[in-house]
Amino acid sequence: MSTMIKMVRSLAAVAAIAAATPALAAGEAPHIEREQWSFSGPFGFYDRGQVQRGLKVYREVCASCHGLRQVAFRNLADYGGPSFTEDQAKQIASEYTVVDGPNDDGDMYERPGILADKFPSPFPNEQAARASNGGAYPPDFSLLAKARAGHRGFPWFVFDAVTQYQEQGPDYIYALLTSYPEDNPACLGEDIDGYYNPKFLGGSVTAEECAHEHLTGGPIGMAPPLSEEIVEYTDGTPMTVEQYARDVAAFMMWAAEPHLEERKKIGFRVMVFLIFFAGLLYFTKKKLWRNVDH
Amino acid sequence: MAGHSNYVPQSAAAKWLESRLPVISLMRGSFVDFPTPKNLNYWWTFGGILFFMLIAQLITGIVLAMHYTPNAGLAFDSVEHIMRDVNFGWMLRYLHSNGASMFFIAVYIHIFRGLYYGSYKAPREISWILGVIIFLIMMGTAFMGYVLPWGQMSFWGATVITNLFSAIPMVGDAIRTWLWGGFAVDNATLNRFFSLHYLLPFMIFGVVILHVWAFHTTGNNNPTGVQPKTKQDTIPFHPYYTVKDFFAIIVFMIVFAWFAFYVPNYMGHPDNYIEANPLVTPAHIVPEWYFLPFYAILRAVPDKLGGVAAMFGAIAVLFVLPWLDTSKVRSGAYRPLFKQFFWIFALNAVALGYLGAMPAEGTYVLLARICTVYYFAHFLIILPMLGFLEKPRPVPTSISEAVLKSGSGKPAGAAAAPETK
Amino acid sequence: MVHTDQAEPTRRDFLYIATGAMGVVGAGALVWPFIDQMNPDASALALASIEVDVSAVEEGQSITVKWRGKPVFIRNRTETEVEEAKAVPVADLKDPLARNANLPADAQATDPNRGVAGQENWLVQVGICTHLGCVPIGDSGDFGGWFCPCHGSHYDTAGRIRKGPAPENLLIPPLEFASDSTIKIG
Repeated sequence: MSTMIKMVRSLAAVAAIAAATPALAAGEAPHIEREQWSFSGPFGFYDRGQVQRGLKVYREVCASCHGLRQVAFRNLADYGGPSFTEDQAKQIASEYTVVDGPNDDGDMYERPGILADKFPSPFPNEQAARASNGGAYPPDFSLLAKARAGHRGFPWFVFDAVTQYQEQGPDYIYALLTSYPEDNPACLGEDIDGYYNPKFLGGSVTAEECAHEHLTGGPIGMAPPLSEEIVEYTDGTPMTVEQYARDVAAFMMWAAEPHLEERKKIGFRVMVFLIFFAGLLYFTKKKLWRNVDH
Repeated sequence: MAGHSNYVPQSAAAKWLESRLPVISLMRGSFVDFPTPKNLNYWWTFGGILFFMLIAQLITGIVLAMHYTPNAGLAFDSVEHIMRDVNFGWMLRYLHSNGASMFFIAVYIHIFRGLYYGSYKAPREISWILGVIIFLIMMGTAFMGYVLPWGQMSFWGATVITNLFSAIPMVGDAIRTWLWGGFAVDNATLNRFFSLHYLLPFMIFGVVILHVWAFHTTGNNNPTGVQPKTKQDTIPFHPYYTVKDFFAIIVFMIVFAWFAFYVPNYMGHPDNYIEANPLVTPAHIVPEWYFLPFYAILRAVPDKLGGVAAMFGAIAVLFVLPWLDTSKVRSGAYRPLFKQFFWIFALNAVALGYLGAMPAEGTYVLLARICTVYYFAHFLIILPMLGFLEKPRPVPTSISEAVLKSGSGKPAGAAAAPETK
Repeated sequence: MVHTDQAEPTRRDFLYIATGAMGVVGAGALVWPFIDQMNPDASALALASIEVDVSAVEEGQSITVKWRGKPVFIRNRTETEVEEAKAVPVADLKDPLARNANLPADAQATDPNRGVAGQENWLVQVGICTHLGCVPIGDSGDFGGWFCPCHGSHYDTAGRIRKGPAPENLLIPPLEFASDSTIKIG
């Protein structure tokens, strides 16, 4: 029976990923810790400094493989995000090279980015991305924070609707980035395809030798991307792997859900209005029905 | 419908209109003066809530269609364009996608209310059958709507569901190819699904009018199941039920707003934020929660055609329900045995929903089979037999009598819809 | 509510009025997103201004660029054209206003008010006939400027309406020279 549960749990976990390597054997589903985020809960908001730092981590570490094709440079100056000034956003845009055209001669040409441009992707298409990354496809970051989630079994998913738990994506990203072990587990041997990560939802450990090790996760194509002081923070924030992971996860959440703050603010007003209105209607109904036996 | 109107046109213009098109007296007869049983409880407000949800889905949907592009290469990005760039686009989309779920929550409560109080029994068979037709069109509309964002679950959901039709002997493959307009789910499929997703809600609207017409002809059912006998048993629809329904709609909107503004992706699936990829299937495909009980029935049968037949049979059996229930007593409130079986059936439906979300393996398959058998047994064996075996409690002679005995007219109501992520 | 024998609103009336008023407020707030969604979205607004390199446009040449989905004529006018335009008294014009978004609304339609400030050889205007929205043809018409083939409107070398059904001069969009060779429109 317990193996049954294990199998079921691992399958359910794999379900949460799309471009997953096919699960060949049963491992254990990784447990994704729930983290504290400024943007969770009914009054959630993005920490401006954190999202700006996350952008820096993205640009200096992730952007060489991962795109951000749905996000435009103008969004960097939008309300409820990194909230750069328009000039700062223009400056960031101009640091990118964008292909435009055709010009009057019919040729495509390169020019510095402007606010209306979206982040150019590091690879022209999926095939090129795979060819450069040993067959693995570094997914685009635009929606990744909403496209990944650890498995929440019964009854947790019921509570999640009430506690407003919608941060499975950033929790997973943070867990993944901070969980690379120093060395691959010995039972995996030398020739594993990628880097073992105990939190990776898209892989599983298939080696016979590991059958009794209870290894969660599996090999991922991405080498550990973060290390101490790899990105320079100028605001005194500690330059640790954990901090980088938190910041980039928050940035990715903003990229995936840029109107979150506006949504929660409007939502609160809607709630207050509806509750008051329902109260008034309740008394109106009572008054109208006072002479009816029912 | 118009027969209940007390409307006498006063002004010359009103008289002119009344003698040519009596639309005012028709509306007044149906929604103002209409004599309604005075003992309807809050489970009866879900009809009004459903009408509100239909209108809400129509309006948000028409508005979203102004920005959406039904092309396989552009659909996913056009949804992101709505979410990021269109003014209030994120709100409109979240209202529409969560609205579908809220619509189904309300419709399941509405159906279970009808099951509990025997609203399907004579003389309301036609109203019930029209309701089942609405439910079917709703399922088609929701399924095709879920395909439109063109994410991974959209694409693979469309593939799996259209493949159901290939189970039909002889012509199955031809029908499937015809549905697709190609040799796989592709641009042609997306385009026609968009067209039909736009069309079907208006058909629902039409059938809703017939549904209301039918039970306005027979009169509403009520918690006692006893037909109104005197004027004391009824009250005019307006203002009594307009204000009650309005209050219920606002309370329902609080729940709706909770989902749309605070947990908008709770009912959805993360995979649908990955663009459709015909070369990679997600490891575990689940339909939207409101299809899960039927999905469980589909998978419970180890034969392809048998599974599809069982799934459609699960809805088809509802069409003949009025003739399967042999009891002479209408309302479940006066049927002690039926009450127990009703709750077992409701639990069974929730269990089927849960099993539909679980992988089709081992114990889950066995449980799904037991639940499927019970689902059909409830309609085909238990209900017909209960009519003969059960000794119902005494039924009040009139609504007024039941109301004066306070409480007996208001038994605990129907079950909540099965809800799983 | 039917008021029969009481003029003062009662407490019950107050409840109904408050409920009704709240309903009206809610409906009003709800309507706005459905109206606003049809306004230009964020991506359309982001494209509201463009920068055009005009260094390759020789004297006597024109280019047409797209701005907010509409054609904009950028013409490097010859001296003759400028002189011709200057020679026309404002009183002779059908539309005496400059229609220049960079100037006050009541500015006169003199040639300097039509050209780019300080660089009068440059004429930048929205290439949409003010009659019913067709695109006029350059270097043609009775006044050596533009001619709209749809309904026969003639514009002069400063883009001013001189003959035909169009009521106004061609519109001049908000613009400035961002550098010596680039014009920023919008």
